[in-house]
Amino acid sequence: MRDVSIIGIGRIPVGEHWESSLRMLAAEAASAALKDAGITAVDALYVGNAYGATYSSQLHLGALIADYAGLGGIEAFSVEAADASGGAALRAGYLAVASGLVDTVMVLGVEKSTDSIGSARVQARTISLDADYEAAHGATLPALAALLMRRYMHEYKLELGVFEGFSINAHANGALSDYAMFRNKIKPGRFAVAPMVSEPVNLFDGAPDGDGAAAVILTAAVHAADMVPLPVRISGSAAATDTLTLHDRSDMLYLRAVNQSANKAYAQAGIQPEDVHLFELHDAFTILSALTLEAAGFAERGQGWVLARDQGITLTGKLPISTFGGLKARGNPAGATGVYQAVEACLQLRDQAGANQVAGARTALIQNIGGLGSTVVTHVLQV
Amino acid sequence: MSASSNPAASQREHFTFAGTGAVISFTTLQETPENFEEQSPYTLALVKLDEGPVVTGQLTDLDGAVQIGDRVEMVTRKLMTEGAKGMIVYGYKFRPVLPRA
Repeated sequence: MRDVSIIGIGRIPVGEHWESSLRMLAAEAASAALKDAGITAVDALYVGNAYGATYSSQLHLGALIADYAGLGGIEAFSVEAADASGGAALRAGYLAVASGLVDTVMVLGVEKSTDSIGSARVQARTISLDADYEAAHGATLPALAALLMRRYMHEYKLELGVFEGFSINAHANGALSDYAMFRNKIKPGRFAVAPMVSEPVNLFDGAPDGDGAAAVILTAAVHAADMVPLPVRISGSAAATDTLTLHDRSDMLYLRAVNQSANKAYAQAGIQPEDVHLFELHDAFTILSALTLEAAGFAERGQGWVLARDQGITLTGKLPISTFGGLKARGNPAGATGVYQAVEACLQLRDQAGANQVAGARTALIQNIGGLGSTVVTHVLQV
Repeated sequence: MSASSNPAASQREHFTFAGTGAVISFTTLQETPENFEEQSPYTLALVKLDEGPVVTGQLTDLDGAVQIGDRVEMVTRKLMTEGAKGMIVYGYKFRPVLPRA
């Protein structure tokens, strides 16, 4: 096993890129990451993509993107774990370099979400649910998140408004970033009265689907310092799974895979939750943010929303989260999201986050979730 | 039961459910998948069956607001239509338990 570092990062703004195809978005992020690392080739490409089959009628992305991005001939394939595909691809890249079998890897997340619209996009997204026991009954991910959120509100006797801090923070941070899909701010009090998508999940709660591509380049830590001025070490990498469906969990208000993957990553990095300077969590829904903070060791059960209410998650708070807007305001390019999290964490650790900078950030936690905690991939990044 | 190399599978038992249970959470979808559009909006629920397991299914024949704890029973209904020329898929939904006459 060798230590692994990130030596290059690239991303494009998340949004509606109707002028570009999936391969064009991917090539743009690939080229930016190579330029940042000061290299022109890598030994392998691992692509994170979740909905290429249904959004883009395109699989076989490894060969497609390696060729189009000018990396032709190298080992290349995609990794799929629903919305955790990007994090899973990063994990695959980490394993490849750590094993000593591959020297330099590009991990690239890409999703072209907005070529389908309305009920066709909703349908396309159901491919990551349980086809027989959820999707066949008309379930969608926002609806399942709503079932989880209503249960949480019922158990802990909470009003919808207690979750508003997550969305206010995400949009406040997104407003500072040129790469965010939404740069509008949400005023206190507006969250609870937003139009419903699937009650209690509303328009200001669920993250928007966006087109995006992001890439990071990994190599052995021993070489990294000679290649770039500010390598970022991957000091923890772990993945865990829980039941695919919500209804099969004995305790659905506890995200077991969040806990397991976070604890493994903490142990590998030799850190505790209180050592984390910022946390790019998977804020696809505010209920996921609250339950994540509880299961990852930042809040007691039933208290995950309190940090958000008390300004604890802002750029100057005790635990800054969603520092570039998170999924909610940066946008959620599904299979690319986990790689965006890595890029954003690297910018923070390299002190290159501009208006979004968390002062003195040395340890970042990133966590990418597929479904409502069915796949959870956690990484600790440090400088 | 047939032999299996999977210990978990070989230990499985088959149960028949009475089809009755209680709503433990519910939501009404405003944004629905293409195949379910003609029924939109509809209400989806987590139903805890009296035997213990929880299932995801739609609530149907609703007459008034749903609440957590409501008693429901399983019925067979049309679930979706796979496009204009596709299959019509039937399956289970849950309706409020009707008061005994």
